[in-house]
Amino acid sequence: MIAVIDYGMGNLRSVSKAIEHVAPRADVRVTDDPSVVRGADRVVFPGQGAMPDCMRELRGRGLYEAVIDAARDKPFLGICIGLQMLFDVSEEGDTPGLGVLPGRVRRFAHDLAGPDGQKLKVPHMGWNEVEPRIAHPLWQGIAPGARFYFVHSYYPEPAVAGLTAAVSRYPAEFACAAARENLFAVQFHPEKSAAAGLRLLANFATWSPA
Amino acid sequence: MPLAKRIIPCLDVTAGRVVKGVNFVGLRDAGDPVEIARRYDDQGADELTFLDITASSDDRDLILHIVEAVAAQVFIPFTVGGGVRSVNDVRRLLNAGADKVSINTAAVQNPQLVADASGRYGAQCIVVAIDAKRVDRNADAKRVAGADTLRWEVFTHGGRKATGIDALEWGRKMQELGAGEILLTSMDRDGTRVGFDLELTRAFSDMLEIPVIASGGVGNLEHLADGVLAGRADAVLAASIFHYGEFTVRQAKEHMAAKGIEVRL
Repeated sequence: MIAVIDYGMGNLRSVSKAIEHVAPRADVRVTDDPSVVRGADRVVFPGQGAMPDCMRELRGRGLYEAVIDAARDKPFLGICIGLQMLFDVSEEGDTPGLGVLPGRVRRFAHDLAGPDGQKLKVPHMGWNEVEPRIAHPLWQGIAPGARFYFVHSYYPEPAVAGLTAAVSRYPAEFACAAARENLFAVQFHPEKSAAAGLRLLANFATWSPA
Repeated sequence: MPLAKRIIPCLDVTAGRVVKGVNFVGLRDAGDPVEIARRYDDQGADELTFLDITASSDDRDLILHIVEAVAAQVFIPFTVGGGVRSVNDVRRLLNAGADKVSINTAAVQNPQLVADASGRYGAQCIVVAIDAKRVDRNADAKRVAGADTLRWEVFTHGGRKATGIDALEWGRKMQELGAGEILLTSMDRDGTRVGFDLELTRAFSDMLEIPVIASGGVGNLEHLADGVLAGRADAVLAASIFHYGEFTVRQAKEHMAAKGIEVRL
């Protein structure tokens, strides 16, 4: 059973629909029940909205410990805010995260400019190139530089370089995926990234971490 | 810059069908929404926008069924707008599977709605649609004085009602209240196929920190490139050139790539 953690923030339908699409025989459950999360074979931790609200909802539903435990002992996929919450702290409201991964979540600067001097907008919204930094089963079948859909104003800054599973540029390089043992987390939205995103989700649905 | 400029086919929906008119009137049937959404996804569309142009509340709930059907079959982001009046409307559309919700008339009637919806669901899913029309009180003076005197006014109710609000000021206010993106439609150009209002697009894009989607007036592929190069739009939206099979989204992207624009091919 694949648990998609629901803590009341935003649209989880697209995440569960995309997983059902690539793994039609999987039992996908959108849940806010910690015992279902504990009983799951795999866990997807999505997210949308503001991190302070997300953390509050997570605590309010008693999911805090269950998420930390799942991130330590079973195939676990964080998406967007679901990635950001894994880190120690976010600049968004100076919010402490779950502390599963060492590092901070930072905001894009307000005065970003591209190589031609044109102002770059925040949120970073749209399809950007993802360059894997490590070989990983979740990158299987996905070409380096494949485009994924992003929408975010904050990005992770892992404290340990080896955690970075992929980078993107806006305009400076930033970590857009992190990986460690059974855990994989992405800043972009695989459920909204057409063929490349569906492939990543399919890879996750069959992933057996060593 | 590796971030791609987006091409967004727009589907105007009423009574469960996609339609297209000229200057917001004279609607023609263009097909089944789910079928059209799938076709655009196959062609490489970066996002989709559905605008429910049903004038009143009749048939309003039909859009929820369409949203659900699209969400189950199309795995690119899509925005739904038209008739969104409350945070509850936003919630229902997001729960049905929309990724973003576009707010237009209700934002003018109650700007706090934008702040409330953005605060609850995040700026990333709140698009404010602005229908802007040139204020033409003194066309001769404008020609003499140049672009500095250009003004645009916000219209609501599908372009039928003037508000007296300056469009640029309105855009800035919507950004402050928590809009994640502006869908900017030129009322003067919509359906005319003579190209975007590039001065309008440029004025918005240079002013705002959030992305601007140019809309209204696309008649050929050059117009799409113009929207990005001259209008500095982050995304370009078009309807009729795609609906009637004149051009595919892929052709549009190939044309933009040939002009040096970063696109997802």
